[in-house]
Amino acid sequence: MENLKTELKHKIINVLNLEDVSIEEINDSDPLFGGGLGLDSIDALELIVLLDKDYGIKLADPKKGKDIFQSIDTMAAFIEANRTK
Amino acid sequence: MQPLYWKNANVEFMKKINSCTIEHSKIIVNDEVIFESQAELFSDFAKEAYKSLHLNYPKFHKMDHLSKLAFLAAETLLQEDDHSSTAIVFANRSSSLDTDFKYQESINSQENYFPSPAVFVYTLPNICVGEISIKHHMQTENAFFVLDEFDEDFLNDYSRQILESGKAEKVLCGWTELYQESYKAFVYLLTL
Amino acid sequence: MKQDVYITDYNCVTPLGFDVSSNWDALLQGKSGVAKYKIIDSLDAFYASAIDHEKLEEEFNRNFERQDFTRLEKMFLLSLKPLIEKHTISEDTAFILSTTKGNISLLKNQTTLPEGVYLSRLAQKIADFFGFTTKPIVVSNACVSGVMAIAVAKNMIQAGRYKDAFVVAGDELSEFVISGFNSFQAIGSEPCQPYDKNRNGINIGEAAAAAYITSHPSENEKFRFKILGDSAVNDANHISGPSRTGDGLYASIKNAMTEAHVSPEQIDFISAHGTATLYNDEMEAIAFNRMELQHVPLNSMKAFYGHSLGASGLLESIISMESALHHTLLPSKNFKEMGVSHPLNIITENQTAEINYILKTASGFGGCNAAIVLEKC
Repeated sequence: MENLKTELKHKIINVLNLEDVSIEEINDSDPLFGGGLGLDSIDALELIVLLDKDYGIKLADPKKGKDIFQSIDTMAAFIEANRTK
Repeated sequence: MQPLYWKNANVEFMKKINSCTIEHSKIIVNDEVIFESQAELFSDFAKEAYKSLHLNYPKFHKMDHLSKLAFLAAETLLQEDDHSSTAIVFANRSSSLDTDFKYQESINSQENYFPSPAVFVYTLPNICVGEISIKHHMQTENAFFVLDEFDEDFLNDYSRQILESGKAEKVLCGWTELYQESYKAFVYLLTL
Repeated sequence: MKQDVYITDYNCVTPLGFDVSSNWDALLQGKSGVAKYKIIDSLDAFYASAIDHEKLEEEFNRNFERQDFTRLEKMFLLSLKPLIEKHTISEDTAFILSTTKGNISLLKNQTTLPEGVYLSRLAQKIADFFGFTTKPIVVSNACVSGVMAIAVAKNMIQAGRYKDAFVVAGDELSEFVISGFNSFQAIGSEPCQPYDKNRNGINIGEAAAAAYITSHPSENEKFRFKILGDSAVNDANHISGPSRTGDGLYASIKNAMTEAHVSPEQIDFISAHGTATLYNDEMEAIAFNRMELQHVPLNSMKAFYGHSLGASGLLESIISMESALHHTLLPSKNFKEMGVSHPLNIITENQTAEINYILKTASGFGGCNAAIVLEKC
C-alpha cells in the first residue's frame, strides 16, 4: 500500500502538471481538493481518466469521485480494492 | 520607444503603447531583449522564461503551448497594472492545431483510448485569451480570429471599434501563432 | 455617426431541413433533430442531432457539380448558395466564417497536418468557390463564435472597412468533439432539458447557417433586422466552468443593451444559450436576473437542434428572427420543471407575440460570453 501511495503522488504531480510540488509536500491524509495543491474540476476529471488508464477502474458514477479523491489515503484504498491492472 | 500612430477614416489616432515579440527562444519588449534561452524546445524555453520572469503562477504549467506563448507575451505588457478596462483581441493561423494534434493522438487507437479533459479544453484557440483574462482579472471584451497571415490593419480596425464605442480603454492586440516548434508572438497594447 | 447595419437575408442547413421554411415548419410542429446514435465504437449509443448523410449528399449533388469538398464544406456551400444568388459580391464585401473545429475529422490517424484542417484554408476554399475577393475572416471563439460573427460583420462595416458581409457558421459532429465532451462528463443521458430540474448534460448537434448583412439594404428585401448592439465579455474565472455569478454574460448583455439604447422592458424575446448542463443554465439564470430580464419570454433551442457549437449562435439568431417575422414564440423544448435558482419566463408552448427587440446570448469554453440586440424594422 505504501508503494501505491508513493506511486500515486508521482502520478498526480506528473499528470496534473504540478511542476512546483515535490512528493514530500503531499501528506497521505491531506485533502487533495480545497487544500494547498490548487486542484480544480478539470483535475478531478483527469483523475477519473487516471483510474481507468493506469488501474483499469471505470467509475460508473463520476460523482463518487469526490469521496474517492479526498486524499492519497482514500485514493489508494479505493484502487487497492478495485484495480484490475 | 516612440509611440506609433495610425490614421483612421475618422481622422482619429490610435497609439501603440508597448509591444512584445517572442520567437526563437527570445523575449523582446520594445526592441529590448529581456530574456533569451539556449533551449531548442519551446517547452524548455517556456519553463525557463517563466522562472526568469518570476511569475509565481502554478496554473502556467497546466497550460498548453499556445496558451503559454500568449501568456508570456501578455505578462510582459500587462504586469501588475490595472487592466479591468483592457480588451483582448488575438489572432493566429494555426488555431489550436498544436493541441488538437496531441488530443487526436489520445483517441486514434481503440485499444489505448483515453481522451484527456485537460488536453481537450485547450483544443480551442480562445482559451489562451481566457487564461490571460483570469490571471489579470480582465472581465473585458475578447475576440479570437483565425487568419491566413498576420493582418495588423484588420486587428487594429477591430480594436478601434472597441475603443471608440467605449467598451474598453485599451486593447491588448496581437498575433499568437504556434505549431509544434514553430512559434511567433507579436503582441502590443493599443489605446486611443 | 455610425451607420445602421442590417441582417436582410439568411439560410440554414440542419437536421430539420435544408432551408429556413422547412426548419420553421418542423419547429412549429415541435419536431427535433435529436435522436439516439451509435457514432463511436468505444462509447455507448447516445443522443445527438445529426444531418441525414444521404439526404445531404442528394441535396448537394442537386445544387453543385464539384465533389471535392468535405462534408462540412458541403454544408457551408449549401447554406450560402441561395444568399449568393440574391446578393452581389463586391470588393467591399466581407466573408466571415464561424466555426470551432472546422474539418477536424481530417486529423484522424494523420502524422502531419492536412491542409484542410487549417481554418483559414477552409474559409478560403469556400470564398474562392463563390468569388469573394477580400481575405476571409474566421471567428473561432468557442460556442459564442456564431453570435460574434454577426457582431464582427456589424463592427467592421461600421468601421468603414466593408459595405456588406456574408456570414456563415458551421460545425459537424465528430469523434474528436464527442469524445472530448464525454471526457468532461458533459453529455446528457437523455434528450437535453435546458433549465429543467432533471437536466444532466448536452446533446451535441451539427448545422450550417448563413446570413447577409449590409449597411445598404435594397428596397426588395423581404425583411430587415437592425443590429443595434453587441458585446463579448470574458468571465475571467475559469477556462471550462462559467462564473458562478454570471459576470461575463451580465456584462455582455448590459453593454449590448446600452449600445442599443434598449431597456429590459423593451426586450420582447430572449434566445438564450441553455445547453442543459448544471452550471451553464444556472449561470444564465443569475445573469438574466441581474439584468432584470427574468420576465422576458425566453427559450433555448438546444433541444431542437442539439448544441451545434460554432453554428449555434447564428442558427439560433436566425430562428429568433423567424419567430419575429411569424409573430410566434417557440417553446424551450423539453422544459418541464424549473431547475435553476432564479426565476425565468421560460416559454412552454407555441404562442402568438409581437416581437420587435430580440436579445441573443451565448457562452462558451474559455469563459467567453456574447450578446447581441436585434430590432425588427
